[in-house]
Amino acid sequence: MIAELGHFCLILALGLAACLAIIPALGVRLGNESWMRLSASLPIGLFLFVGMSFACLASAFLTDDFSVAYVARNSNTLLPVYYKFSALWGAHEGSFLLWSLIMAGWTLAVSLFSGALTLDMRARVLSVMGVLSFGFILFLLATSDPFERSLPIYPSEGRDLNPLLQDFGLIVHPPMLYMGYVGLSVPFSFAIATLLSGRLDSAWARWSRPWTNVAWSFLTIGITLGSWWAYYELGWGGWWFWDAVENASFMPWLIGTALIHSLAATEKRGVFKSWTVLLAIFAFSFSMLGAFLVRSGVLTSVHAFAVDPERGLFILAFLTIVVGSSLTLYAVKAAGIKSVAGFDFSSREMFLLANNVLLVVATATVLLGTLSPLAYEALTDGRKISVGPPYFNAVFVPIALLLFAWMALSPATTWRRTPWARLWKRQVPILIGSAIVATALVWLLASFEFVAIFVVTICLWIVAGLLLDVARALGNKRDRIAAFFRMPLSMYGMWLAHLGIAVSVLGIVTTIYFSEEKDVRLEEGMVVEMAGYAFAFEGVTQGRGPNYLSDVGKVRVTRDGKDVVTLFPEKRRYMSGGSVMTEAAIDPSPFRDLYVALGESVDNGAWAVRVHYKPLVRWIWWGGILVAFGGFLTVADKRYRAIRVKRAMAVGAPA
Amino acid sequence: MKFGKMKSHRRNRLLLVLLAIAGTGTAVGLVLMALNKNINLFYAPAEIVAGNAPVGETIRAGGMVVNGSVKRGKDLDVSFVISDLKSSEVTVRYSGILPDLFREGQGVIARGVLRDDGVFVADEVLAKHDEKYMPPEVADVLADAHKDKPQAGKTL
Repeated sequence: MIAELGHFCLILALGLAACLAIIPALGVRLGNESWMRLSASLPIGLFLFVGMSFACLASAFLTDDFSVAYVARNSNTLLPVYYKFSALWGAHEGSFLLWSLIMAGWTLAVSLFSGALTLDMRARVLSVMGVLSFGFILFLLATSDPFERSLPIYPSEGRDLNPLLQDFGLIVHPPMLYMGYVGLSVPFSFAIATLLSGRLDSAWARWSRPWTNVAWSFLTIGITLGSWWAYYELGWGGWWFWDAVENASFMPWLIGTALIHSLAATEKRGVFKSWTVLLAIFAFSFSMLGAFLVRSGVLTSVHAFAVDPERGLFILAFLTIVVGSSLTLYAVKAAGIKSVAGFDFSSREMFLLANNVLLVVATATVLLGTLSPLAYEALTDGRKISVGPPYFNAVFVPIALLLFAWMALSPATTWRRTPWARLWKRQVPILIGSAIVATALVWLLASFEFVAIFVVTICLWIVAGLLLDVARALGNKRDRIAAFFRMPLSMYGMWLAHLGIAVSVLGIVTTIYFSEEKDVRLEEGMVVEMAGYAFAFEGVTQGRGPNYLSDVGKVRVTRDGKDVVTLFPEKRRYMSGGSVMTEAAIDPSPFRDLYVALGESVDNGAWAVRVHYKPLVRWIWWGGILVAFGGFLTVADKRYRAIRVKRAMAVGAPA
Repeated sequence: MKFGKMKSHRRNRLLLVLLAIAGTGTAVGLVLMALNKNINLFYAPAEIVAGNAPVGETIRAGGMVVNGSVKRGKDLDVSFVISDLKSSEVTVRYSGILPDLFREGQGVIARGVLRDDGVFVADEVLAKHDEKYMPPEVADVLADAHKDKPQAGKTL
């Protein structure tokens, strides 16, 4: 009964999405104000019904209703209750319901916080979002109904959630990621609405900026969580694999990053208007492309959901319609947009533009590496290839390094004109200082690695540049401490986000160059030495969890004869499906992780054991969190409070 | 005044375009070079047995792990046989920890180098998140092997 209710709610939501897509837009065309006003109420209904549908599926999971095929495939009576709930988004159908719910949530948020927009603008934006909601819900109902029953014969026990997904990381990673993916539909919708209205002004950029920052920050958190989860859960100790699905989330992030910077230039200086619109279209298009890659199974990926060509075809068709019509609209309308303000060759505008070019090129290289297996297969009659990390490392890393160096330089520039001489006079000393400190640090603490020194130099340069920027911003103030607390929040946001990137890159380069890793065969009583630590293997005992049995290894770690920690890596065998999973044991600390994973039992009591020493690995994710925090902070800036926006919009709007 | 502004604007635009072309050119060159070097072709056991796979290059091979074929050596050396369940079998050597879902009778993909004695030395054995999931490459291998045509004839 509950499942049917959920299905019914979803159908109603589809109807409401259709109304939202058509009526307000038609109202704009016909000048019917009451139709336009429906854009305020329809999103409430849409959110309510998708929400109820979501709640119905959740209740089917929590009550172990295995007559619902999706629940039977992805849950089990033995599953702890929090995993029963998160199992809802453990596979394709439910995760897309979550996607649709988040889409409805963003739509509602836009309708609630857009009171300052003119009525016709709001109607257009929400109609575009209605079209997207309609497509997503139609996709659910047509190809991926999560409420399908397997009556009259249904299993008395579910097949269980994939053990890898029975983890805290998987409770939070998909919702955060989807908040980002779907959130990018807001700047997209606004860009489309603006193109339709033909009113492309700075007010548009000002309105889009906070939404873009929030969506992008969620995406940052989602990617960071995914990387962290892969690190501790997959048992390989890696944190990024250039897997097709990782790339699918990374590309919208890169374009989103470009969009954030381009929006800044458009808002502040009224330049790059049509470019910014194009980026807004592309950012969301890459989100949809990601959805297509993950859910169609066209690429071999560790993330691939079960393959279903029908689904792939549907998303591809929807993707083509949305992207195709957006680009056509852009081609028709964007030609008339002119940027009025002039700027010098050496100016902040130019620096932002170069940043954008680098980010877009970086995205293109990732896209090429991700899609070339598809192209190759199509061109060579089914010959399959894979493009591995070496490609991405060879291509993406140099571009990224160039981008980081650029990032160090950019905050020191000023709008309109930045004399090179002044820029050099400020930057060269701190660059030299950074290089000396980096060389000393890397050489003394580890060994002379040229690339590592180079990258650490850039990181220190970024941080030093930021400090200089802060100092300059406070320089002419009398009460510097008071001034520090009165700075606009968006400045802090920028500083924090840039600092986060530096922290993250520092973690990445240290982990890459100075990690140690060994796969060894260990018998009880044997010791492995690594990075000054001694790992003593003290055998394996049997353990038991709520829904699994496990072999628990005991590894005592000492340093200079003193106890550091005792680690208990596990090999779990899940009772329902018999699948085996490695649960690595990690001793985290700010400056290094010790990581031990149990392989298989080899022969007479010996085990294969993987031991890692990973310096600064945690900085990678701390950096990501700083970046996201910086992004969120910008939104709290006074500038974005409704009244100010209202005034700006009132000025920008025609009579 | 206005004309002068236009001029600097135009000059900026020209510089921009040149920069963009230079950047794109370099990037495309780099990318194609890297792509060319790092493409790993997939070969079915039948192609390897027939001698159609290159020796000494990094390639990928895949098939079903034959029951009873997994043998341990010293330390973490292991060897196993992959097959298309029809006629062709290839011995794979690997040193290290096998993924959790590696089991006899399951489909696997290995990346590595084919030696001239026909043994495939893997430096990576691919793991999957899901034991119900069959790598598409392996599914194709099995489907092709069970068609009537001899597999060895199907090359580029």
